[in-house]
Amino acid sequence: MPKPAPTPDELTKPFWDACNERRLVVQYCSTDQRYQYPPAAVCEACGSGSNLTWREVSGRGKIVTYTIMHDARQRTFHADQPFNIAIIELEEDSAIKLFSNLPGTPIDEVPVGASVQLEFEEVHTGQLVPEWRVVN
Amino acid sequence: MTLRPLNPNTKNAPAEMYRAVEGLGVWEHRGKVAAVGIGHSPADRRWDGTIEKSLGAYAIIAANKCLEDAGVTAGQIDGVVTVPNGMGDPWGPDRPYFEAPYDTEDGLSGVTADWLVNNVPGLDNVQFKMHGPGCMANAMNVAAQAVGDGLAHTVLVVRATGNMPGRYHQSGTPSGDLTSGPATWEALWGWPGGIPQFGAGFVEYCNKYGSNHDRLAPFVVNLRTNGLLMPEGYYAQNRAEPFTVDDYLNSRWISKPMSMNDCDMPIQNAVCYLLTTAERAKDMKQKPVYILGHATHNGKARSVYQTLEETEEWTSSVANKLYEASGLSPADVDVFNAYDGFTLFTQYYLEAFQWHGVKRGEAHDFYQEDLSVKGPHPLLPSGGNNGSGRTRYWHYTDCIQQLQGRAGPRQVNIKAETAVAGGPLPAGGNWMMFGTSPD
Repeated sequence: MPKPAPTPDELTKPFWDACNERRLVVQYCSTDQRYQYPPAAVCEACGSGSNLTWREVSGRGKIVTYTIMHDARQRTFHADQPFNIAIIELEEDSAIKLFSNLPGTPIDEVPVGASVQLEFEEVHTGQLVPEWRVVN
Repeated sequence: MTLRPLNPNTKNAPAEMYRAVEGLGVWEHRGKVAAVGIGHSPADRRWDGTIEKSLGAYAIIAANKCLEDAGVTAGQIDGVVTVPNGMGDPWGPDRPYFEAPYDTEDGLSGVTADWLVNNVPGLDNVQFKMHGPGCMANAMNVAAQAVGDGLAHTVLVVRATGNMPGRYHQSGTPSGDLTSGPATWEALWGWPGGIPQFGAGFVEYCNKYGSNHDRLAPFVVNLRTNGLLMPEGYYAQNRAEPFTVDDYLNSRWISKPMSMNDCDMPIQNAVCYLLTTAERAKDMKQKPVYILGHATHNGKARSVYQTLEETEEWTSSVANKLYEASGLSPADVDVFNAYDGFTLFTQYYLEAFQWHGVKRGEAHDFYQEDLSVKGPHPLLPSGGNNGSGRTRYWHYTDCIQQLQGRAGPRQVNIKAETAVAGGPLPAGGNWMMFGTSPD
C-alpha cells in the first residue's frame, strides 16, 4: 500500500537510518530502564536526554487491536480504502506500540493476539519504513 | 488575503483554575455558585454565509435569550467567559470578510469574550473576561471557579460552534506525499486524527468484555429519540424523523467498528448560560441550579496508541475527582449526561462514574435495558451530540433544565436533584456536578 514518506530530522535520523539497514531501533533510557516510542528529545519519565540511547529490538510483537479505515483523512490513502490499521506491541516492552497496515492480512480477518514479525516497506523516496506481518 | 485571527486580547484561564488532580477535597465553593439562565440560537446544518446566521450573530441571540431567561439586564453582567474557538474550519483566508464587526474570524468561525462584550448591547459593566478554550466543559469550569473566587458575580458563559460550507475539517488535511514532525509516527499508516484511535479502542473494549458494535444500537437510537424532544437541537428543528435500529446497523463505516452514525453531525449553533453567586441567584427568574463541584482530566498515552487500560484509568480518575469535589457518590447521581459525540466513548464514562451501578464491562448490557426518558435509566436525556448535533453542550442545557423541572417532554420520571455533565475525550476533559440544593 503506498505510504507517504517520512522526513528524517536530527532527532529521528538514527531511527530511519536503522530502518534502511532493516533494523528496528527504539529509544531506551538507561536511568529508568524504559523504552520510549515515538522518539523524543528527552525521556518522558525522568526528563533527561543524557541517558537516552537507541537500542535494537527483536522485531517480534503481537497484535493488540485494530481498526479498518474506510474514510481516511489523508487523501494519500483514499485509493486503498478500506485498509487495516493494527496496533502492535513490542516483545521487549508491551507498553511500546507501533502501527501496521498488516500486509498480507485481509480486512475483517485481523487476528488479535497473533504474533507478528517485522519487515520493511519501501516508500517513494526509497526510505524503508517498518511494517509487520502475521506469523503463521 | 491572509487569515484574520480571533482577537488575542482575552487570556486563557490559568491551569490553577481547573481542578486536575485527585486529593483536593470538597470544592471550596460547593453550592455557592449557581446556573440560572439558558439561551440558545437556532440550529443549522451549515453556515449559509450570511451575517445574520454567523456564529457572532448566533452568540448575540443566545446571550440575549439567556439574559431574558434569567430575568437579568445586560448591565447586571460583570463577567464573560467564552470558548473562543469554533470546532469547524475557519472562514478565511480564501473567502471574503465583511464589514466590522465581522471583518476577522471573530464572529465568523469563533467568538471571543471581547467580541461578545463589544457586540451585545448593554454589556457595559463587564470587568472580567476570560477564555476556556476547547469545549463548553472548559468554559463552565472556569466560569464557576471565577464566580466562586469572586472574580465576577454574574457571568455569561458562551460557546458558538459552527460548520462552514463544504466538507468538514478538510482544510489542513494532511494530503501530501511527505510527512514530518510528530505526525510522522501516525501518518505513515493512515492514522492521523482521533477517529482510528476510537475504533481500535472500541475493539479492545469489546474483546476484553465480550461485546460488539451492534449492541450500541439501542443506546444510539435512544439518543436520537431524545434529540427529537430537545427543541433547541438540530434534529428537532430541521429533521424530525425517527431513527431506527436498522438505520444504525446499516450506517457506512468510517473507521470500523465506528460508523457514521456513531459520529455527531457538525452544526451551526450557539449557547449561553448565566452563572452567578448562590445569593444573587435567589432573586432571578429561574430556579437556581447549584454547582457542587468540577473536575478536569488530562491523560497522555505511553506510546502512539491510547490503551484501554489508560482510558479506564483516566476516566475513573476524573470520576473520583468529581465525586470528591462534590462530596457525592455514584448512588447520589440522578441525571447523567456524559459526552457522546463519538458514541463509542460513552461506556467509558458510564462505567467510570458507575451511574446506576454500572461497573467496568457492563455498559453494553445496560444499553439493552430501558434508557428512555420516562424509564428507570434515562441515560443522556439530552440526546447529547448524537441526538441534537455537534456542540458539546446539550448535556449542560439538559442538566440545568432537568433540575429546574423545565425539561418539558424530556423531564425524567426519576428523581432529578443532582446531575453530571461533561466531556469530551477519554484522554482529557472537564466535568461538573449540579444540584437542586446548595447543601
